[in-house]
Amino acid sequence: MIEVEGLHVRFDDVHAVNNVSFAVPRGSGFGIVGESGSGKSTVLRAFSGLNPDWTGTMRLDGAKLGRQREKQFFRRVQMVFQDPYGSLHPRQTVDRALSEPLLVHGIGDVEARILRALAEVALPPSVRFRYPHQLSGGQRQRVAIARALMAEPEVLLLDEPTSALDVSVQAEVLNLLADLQQRRGLTYLMVSHNLAVVAHLCPMIGVMLGGEMVEQLSADDLRHNRIAHAHTAALRALSTELEEP
Amino acid sequence: MSPVLVDIANLSIAFPTQQGLSLAVREVSLTLGVEKLGIVGESGSGKSLTARSILRLLPSNALVTADRMEFAGIDVLRAREAELRAIRGRRAGLILQDPKYALNPVMTAGEQISEAWRAHRKGTRRQARAAALDLLAQVQIRDPERVARSYPHELSGGMGQRVMIAMMLAPDPELLIADEPTSALDATVQAEILRLLEALVSRRGMGLILISHDLPLVAHFCDRVVVMYAGRIVEELGAADLSHARHPYTRGLIDCLPTLTHPKSRLPVMVRDPAWLA
Repeated sequence: MIEVEGLHVRFDDVHAVNNVSFAVPRGSGFGIVGESGSGKSTVLRAFSGLNPDWTGTMRLDGAKLGRQREKQFFRRVQMVFQDPYGSLHPRQTVDRALSEPLLVHGIGDVEARILRALAEVALPPSVRFRYPHQLSGGQRQRVAIARALMAEPEVLLLDEPTSALDVSVQAEVLNLLADLQQRRGLTYLMVSHNLAVVAHLCPMIGVMLGGEMVEQLSADDLRHNRIAHAHTAALRALSTELEEP
Repeated sequence: MSPVLVDIANLSIAFPTQQGLSLAVREVSLTLGVEKLGIVGESGSGKSLTARSILRLLPSNALVTADRMEFAGIDVLRAREAELRAIRGRRAGLILQDPKYALNPVMTAGEQISEAWRAHRKGTRRQARAAALDLLAQVQIRDPERVARSYPHELSGGMGQRVMIAMMLAPDPELLIADEPTSALDATVQAEILRLLEALVSRRGMGLILISHDLPLVAHFCDRVVVMYAGRIVEELGAADLSHARHPYTRGLIDCLPTLTHPKSRLPVMVRDPAWLA
C-alpha cells in the first residue's frame, strides 16, 4: 500500500532524512521509532504532502506520488496529530469539524455520516455540538480520529497519537485504533517515541537515528530481543527497564 | 529517623466555580523526611496542587484548609510572604516540566544561575560566576563554560533541564520538588536526568518529591509512592511493592500500559468505580 524508496529530506544544511526505504502492505501497520530530531516525523510529513522538499520515490497503492498531491490523495490518506487541542479548530463545533471533510470531498449524506462516525469512535451523540475546550483530552483525540475517518481513507498517518494522553485514555485510544483497523482494513503508518505503543499496534518497526533508518525488524523480534543495531538495543533496554518491578 | 521536612494533615484545596465549590484536593495527609517520594496520578488528580501547596504557590482563588501544613516546622498557611520567600527557592526548590518556558529567554544560563546563587548566598559577582560553573559541572555538563555563555534557546531540552536543576541547587535547598521534570524529554535523556537527580539528592541529603503520571518510572526512582485519584490519596506503597498494589485504580494504571515483554492483543480498560470517590 505504501512504498518509500531512497527518501531524502534536507532543510538548509541539515540532512533530516537520509536514504530511507520501507514498504507497508495493505491492512498492515508500520511504526517508526526514534528520539527527537531523528527524522521520524519528517518521513511522515513528507509522505503526507506537508513537506514538499524531498527527493526519492514514494508510492501509494502502486501509483507514484508527485510533489503536489491531488485531491484524491487526501481522500485516501488522512493524518492524526499528537495534540488534538492544537489540531482542532477552537471555534468550530465537533459537528463542523466532522462535516468539513465531507464538504471538501463533495460527499453527501452528512447527517447520517456524522452520527455514524461519532458512534464508531464511541462518543455520545451529545458531544456533536460542543467545542473542543468542552471535551476531555481523550474525547478530543477521538474527534480527531473520527474526522480523519470521515472521507473513508485507506491509510491513516498517526503522529504520536497517544503521547498527550493519560495512560488509561491511551489504552482506550489504542484499542479503538486496533478495532478500526480490523473493521475497515486500514493501513497505518505510525510515529512514536514509545516502543511498547508502536509494537502494540504495528507488526513491523523501523528505528531511526540521525536521519537514517538504522534497522527494520518485526515487533516480535523486538520483543524477543533479536536485534541487530545498538541503538535499537539501547531504546529497548530503556523501555523494558521500567517494566520489571 | 530523619528529620521531618514536610508534614501535611488533612489538606483540602477548593476552587469557587459557578456551580459552587469544586474540591481539587480532598483530605490529603502525608509526611516527608530525607527520602524520595513519588506522587502519581492522572491529569486533574491534584498531584501538582498538593506539592505546590507546600510552597503556597497556588492560584490566588484557591481556598486551602488543613489541620497541619508545615515545612521544616514552619506553618506554611500562616507564614507571612517574607517568611515564604525564605523557603521558596532557598530551602525548597521547584523544577518544572519544560525548561523552554521556565528559563528566562533573554539571560544566559550562567547569569541565571549566578543570580539565583547571589540572591540567596550574598557573594560577589566573581564568586557567583565560579559557583555557577561549579554547579553546571555538578549536573554533569561537560563544557560548563560554553553552556554558561549560552541562551536557553541554544540549549537542548536535556541541557535546559540540567541548567534548571543547577539553578535550584544554588542555594543548597533541603527539599526539591520536581513537577514532571522529564515528560518533555526523550527516553534516554529522561533516564539521565532522573539518575542525576537521584545522585544529587542522596549525596546532598535532600528530600525529593517527584510528581509524574508515569507510575513505572516513579517507582523506579523513588523510595515511596503515593497514588492520587480525584484529589485523594488512594494508595501509598513502597516503590518495591508496586507489583503488590492493592487499589484497583493503581492496578488499572499498571495494567493498561502496553509492554514489550508481556504483549496483550487488547489492553484492559480502566473501569472507574464510583466508590473510589467516597
